[in-house]
Amino acid sequence: MMRRWVADDEVEAAVDRLDIPFNRYGLDPYGISRDHLVTFFSMLAPFYRNYFKVRVFGAEHIPDAGRTMMIGNHSGGLPVDGAMVLTSLLLDATPPRLGQGMVEKFANRWPFVSHWFSRVGQFTGLPEHAERLLNDERCLMVFPEGARGTGKLYKDRYQLVRFGTGFMRLALSTNTPIVPFAFIGGEEAIPTILHLKRLARMVKAPYIPISPYILPVPLPISCQIFYSEPMEFEGDGTETDEVVLGYVDQVRRRIESLIDEGRQWRRDALDKGIIGAGEEDKS
Amino acid sequence: MKVLITGISSRLGRMVALELLDGDHQVLGIDRRHWPDAPSGIEMVRADIRKRPAEDVFRKSRPDAVIHLATVTHLSRRTEDRQRINLVGTRTIIEHCATYGVGQAVFVGRHTYYGADAESPLYHTEAEPPMAVTTYPELADLVAADLFAGSALWRVPELDTVVLRMAYLLGPSRAGTLAAYLGGQRVPTVLGFDPLFQFIHEKDAARAIVLALSKRLRGVFNVTGPPPVPLSLLIKATGRKNLPVLEPFFNGFTGRFGLPSLPPGAVNHVKYPVVVDGAAFREATGFEPDFDEIQTMEAFAAVDDRWR
Repeated sequence: MMRRWVADDEVEAAVDRLDIPFNRYGLDPYGISRDHLVTFFSMLAPFYRNYFKVRVFGAEHIPDAGRTMMIGNHSGGLPVDGAMVLTSLLLDATPPRLGQGMVEKFANRWPFVSHWFSRVGQFTGLPEHAERLLNDERCLMVFPEGARGTGKLYKDRYQLVRFGTGFMRLALSTNTPIVPFAFIGGEEAIPTILHLKRLARMVKAPYIPISPYILPVPLPISCQIFYSEPMEFEGDGTETDEVVLGYVDQVRRRIESLIDEGRQWRRDALDKGIIGAGEEDKS
Repeated sequence: MKVLITGISSRLGRMVALELLDGDHQVLGIDRRHWPDAPSGIEMVRADIRKRPAEDVFRKSRPDAVIHLATVTHLSRRTEDRQRINLVGTRTIIEHCATYGVGQAVFVGRHTYYGADAESPLYHTEAEPPMAVTTYPELADLVAADLFAGSALWRVPELDTVVLRMAYLLGPSRAGTLAAYLGGQRVPTVLGFDPLFQFIHEKDAARAIVLALSKRLRGVFNVTGPPPVPLSLLIKATGRKNLPVLEPFFNGFTGRFGLPSLPPGAVNHVKYPVVVDGAAFREATGFEPDFDEIQTMEAFAAVDDRWR
């Protein structure tokens, strides 16, 4: 029904090429629905192409198939970065991949969000989910900064906060390659100047961002995603914290260098007029 | 093999009994309720499992195996009575098995013991604790009975005990929790939520119980049928109408306007999925369901149409 109105041809073709075992109802064993995917990504596609004009670098590093962990930086404000990375995995990876985000716990408590996220494979970030999906050769998208990351204010933009270690232990125990990425532009799209903490507690969200123009609505600023080649680590996940933290730090440093590369690209692109004015990165 | 079924007059009990008779087993049954057209091969004793006549069945017939189905699962039943039957009944069965040299015991529970919650994972394995005690307090006695039954594994090591946690039963008999929820024309759901529901055809369930017995399983196992489907699809495929209700009004609506009555704790089970992993059971027994999700939903819907 709804799908007929919004369906985007490119999205539909990409969803058809996904390596997901849909049954006669177009459902996979996790309840991911073909129709919901088409609707969901058809709504994101205009934002991806026209609003944020996302440019992707290094899409060839995204593995064609098999278990994969996409690990990146979280921008402050709303998780625009998550939505755009998922869209890029579908539209700019060949063959297309369905990224499955590990979502903050509060989202599943909200009506409609709970319904939609469960139909498009965006599950609560539980180790049980991650492990099962990886063993099923799926592609996970993880922001190891978690809500600490989206809770960044504009003044702290592109500064990585503490990374969790859970993702690395899982990657080691499931023998999963890690593809680090950097998302650039998200911090400028929603510059967060303060958080409403009391209201956030009332709706059980980790924070509610407030921008200089009050509403936490992302601005139409061009964004870029930089994917790095996959990193693989030896181990079985039972290593001591020192060892695991060392591996985490390698991933973190790779993301930092991608961020530097991305911000340099952005400054050059502004100088050359490839991306529009009003998108200055003043640091 | 001589098999005693407690709670034999339940829908599932009858199906298990017939399945056992087909496999040339000798079947005994204990139940407080009648089974008027029971096949002549079945030896029935009308008794309460906690009372002396029930113990006499163990003493005289010396069954090789017991399938314990005599649990009260209707949540509308008075709580104390239910707790006594479910917990004391389980204890009595374990004790009789130990005293009278029974070789195998099968306890049948439900997959909902894992609990439905925003933070609970899809595909619960047997390694996870049953969280329903917190998410659905009305189930507490059944959860306790399930855990207590599992303790027979170390308390009576010579008894091969298996605890089965079954997905919702669905099928032509229209018996069980899910059938009651889908019983009316309109099925109340919580607006903005569409959890996965996992069910198994009642005939597959009966077959799985007999299989657990013949494979002499020990341990705790989830038993699943076809893959889960979203509640909205389940409602549609069974010919019902989805009635989404705003969550604050949900408990006020149920039990009225021809809608099924649900205990307050049930709301979580209508918002969030309980999906279990049945891989260990399938691996141990080679079980494969005969009925897929469409056949199971249609089996339920077809009978109901005749009744209307």
